[in-house]
Amino acid sequence: MSSTYLGSPEQLRASQIAKRNRKIKDFLGQVAAHSGAITLGLMFIFPLYLVFVISVMSFDQASNRELWPNPFLWDNYSQVFTAVPFLKWTWNTFFISMMTTIGTVISSVPPAYALSHLHWKGRQATFILILSTMMLPGQVTMIPVYIIFSRLHWIPSMLPLIVPSFFAGAFSIFLLRQFFVSIPEELTDAARIDGCSEFQLLLKIIVPLAKPAISAIGLFAFLGSWNDFFGPLLYLVENQDLWTLGIGLNAFRGLHHVDTSLMMTASALFMLPVIIIFFFAQRVFIEGVTLTGVKG
Amino acid sequence: MTVPSGIALGPSRKRGAGAPKQAKLKTPWLFIFFCMSPWLFGFLGFTVYPMGASFYQSFTKFNLIESPEWIGLDNYKRMFFEDPDFWQALQNTVWISAVSIPLRIGFAIFSAWLLTKPRHGRSIYRTIYFIPSMVPTVAGAMVFTIIFNPAFGTINMLLEKIGIQEPPYWFQDPAWSKWGLIILGLWGIGDTMIIFLAGLLDIPRSLYEAASLEGANGWQQFRYVTLPLMTPVIFFSAVTGVIGSFQYFTQAYVAAGQVNDYSHSMYFYASHVYYAAFRAYEMGYASALAWVLLAITLFCTLIILRTQKRWVHYPNGSLFK
Repeated sequence: MSSTYLGSPEQLRASQIAKRNRKIKDFLGQVAAHSGAITLGLMFIFPLYLVFVISVMSFDQASNRELWPNPFLWDNYSQVFTAVPFLKWTWNTFFISMMTTIGTVISSVPPAYALSHLHWKGRQATFILILSTMMLPGQVTMIPVYIIFSRLHWIPSMLPLIVPSFFAGAFSIFLLRQFFVSIPEELTDAARIDGCSEFQLLLKIIVPLAKPAISAIGLFAFLGSWNDFFGPLLYLVENQDLWTLGIGLNAFRGLHHVDTSLMMTASALFMLPVIIIFFFAQRVFIEGVTLTGVKG
Repeated sequence: MTVPSGIALGPSRKRGAGAPKQAKLKTPWLFIFFCMSPWLFGFLGFTVYPMGASFYQSFTKFNLIESPEWIGLDNYKRMFFEDPDFWQALQNTVWISAVSIPLRIGFAIFSAWLLTKPRHGRSIYRTIYFIPSMVPTVAGAMVFTIIFNPAFGTINMLLEKIGIQEPPYWFQDPAWSKWGLIILGLWGIGDTMIIFLAGLLDIPRSLYEAASLEGANGWQQFRYVTLPLMTPVIFFSAVTGVIGSFQYFTQAYVAAGQVNDYSHSMYFYASHVYYAAFRAYEMGYASALAWVLLAITLFCTLIILRTQKRWVHYPNGSLFK
């Protein structure tokens, strides 16, 4: 005797109802998920919304705490450039960030290569040493480093912010090395057997394969430098011609009478490049953050 | 720890012993030195020497102009017994670490978890949650002091509209200023959240299915499946959180400058080191402060490391992949 699993009409109806209930439940679940996600999204976006609307408001409107500009004072954006040397600050920030990026990229690739594809005694110990320097609070080294730069008469100048980036930072070595180890050893070994020199190997095989990781450390270096406040505060504050956006913006209140909307305009201009970069390089970015976090 | 594969350890042995190419496979030491040199010189010049120098200077009186004068443990004595600002900075820092580190971790898990729920549009949400973490620190702090301004800021207007009669004065009120900084920090949670999101997405679906077959409800699934598997990420953020909070500077410095924080409610440990070194030019004293900072962070990190065995689950059994 084989029993049929189709079931009686009642059972069939019950299973249809169960199916429909599941569908409704799933739909409601998705509605809840999206409402939650949208609510949180609004909270994240709201301060940015305020920055952009206040940036095109008149001072009176901003003080009246209005939520929509009327009229749109696009003029604020040109005023920022005449009220303070905004263009110069932007150029200074850009120049330092660009040089830092170049320094970081060219100096971090070779150590990361040596720590992943070359075999030598003490490699592992060196890697652990590099990891542990990442934990070192900057305050412990900051004063003697400041003294070195002051003895070199590099203060105030951009050099103390740029030169150290040419000495491979622990973070970028670490990130690159994590990526390099995923490149198969067989590949480099085969290239070596084919008579490829180590230089060629590094430049013609590793670097092209590691483009995503190299762009990630480049991006991080650029943004780290663009957003840096402490470094410029130590090394550039004394010479106004060298000021970066961060230093300038912080001094805004003293330079200009307290004008909320113009401060917002300047802030908007300061964050805009970063947000644009993010939209173009979102993938590189998120992969980079993930690589450092999960495998760390 | 990375365990080199067999091939990696000895390619020459495996590929035809005695072949003339064997010698070429060995990397010359000079090349290794060349590769490591940017790091090596940086390490010696910007880490080893400065650490030694700053340790020595912490026992001296040193104002940059005259040469350091040995005063033994006086800097350390002064810190603990004669410097009320040190205690206030330390207290503020401990308070903000204790409140903000758990809050940040909780909020990062929550927002990452929320992100895994919708079937469509996930990447749009992710982008929106992430953007604030990209905003330059100075700009973020400036913007927050403006929108949280009790008289001219939009936030308090909205709070009044939803029925909160006397919203806090935020950055202008010593009792609330740190909460302002914490909200500013939570707003920029994006990068931490991404790490948690990657961790959440790594958890195999089958585990949830099994749990649900066993009759586990949503909370139980979170408590007994998600949370244990997320402990390595939580551990990582706790350690970096402790290290980071003792270096917490820019947001507090900018916010305190914008609102004239006379009560020093936003004066943290890193601010104290900065003021001692670069406003008072007491390099010796500032070095001593820095070494105490290092000792405190090391101590806290060790405590977290010690408790690690009790609550952190490593599916692969090791810290380094």
